[in-house]
Amino acid sequence: MLIFSVFKTLTDQIVTVELKNDLCITGTLKSVDQFLNIRLDKISVVDPEKHPHMMAVKNCFIRGSVVRYVQIPATAVDTQLLEDATRREHASTHKR
Amino acid sequence: MASLNGYINQRVLLILQDGRCIVGTLAGFDNRSDIVLSNCIERTYSPDEPVEEVSLGLYLVKGDMILLVGELDTELEASLDLSQQRAEPLQPIRYGPD
Repeated sequence: MLIFSVFKTLTDQIVTVELKNDLCITGTLKSVDQFLNIRLDKISVVDPEKHPHMMAVKNCFIRGSVVRYVQIPATAVDTQLLEDATRREHASTHKR
Repeated sequence: MASLNGYINQRVLLILQDGRCIVGTLAGFDNRSDIVLSNCIERTYSPDEPVEEVSLGLYLVKGDMILLVGELDTELEASLDLSQQRAEPLQPIRYGPD
């Protein structure tokens, strides 16, 4: 749930999504849902010579389950805050 | 919410886990991202032959199999000459480092 919230704060940022088939897509993050499915606008494929398949695609929906990495701009996330939040979340879910 | 709502009745490109590319009109979907496509066509890419298009008709694709759904820009789509395009087919998905 925490990571979902993090992604919600990243809307309108330019991100690069690497999929589990090694395809990398850069675009503006439009929205995210509970499964971490991602909507990207103004997309471009990182190696268009090798992957011309998506030339006519301007925006897309990526299934959360096939995302390997999301590269986000370092300035868009407060690492310290995120670290604290993840630890707090971990502590609260492992309470006995 | 990321959703497929805006794509209904649009021409979309589906990329599946096994690397297949299917183009069709989005007739419906549900919250597991299962998708119904009408008038769909499979596009087979190969490095030394033109793109081959195979008509498939009406398809229901399980959400589990779907990698990506892209909205096709119909004008841009019409201007592309598929017979000139050469490319390796997309890789199927893999998990671990190899």
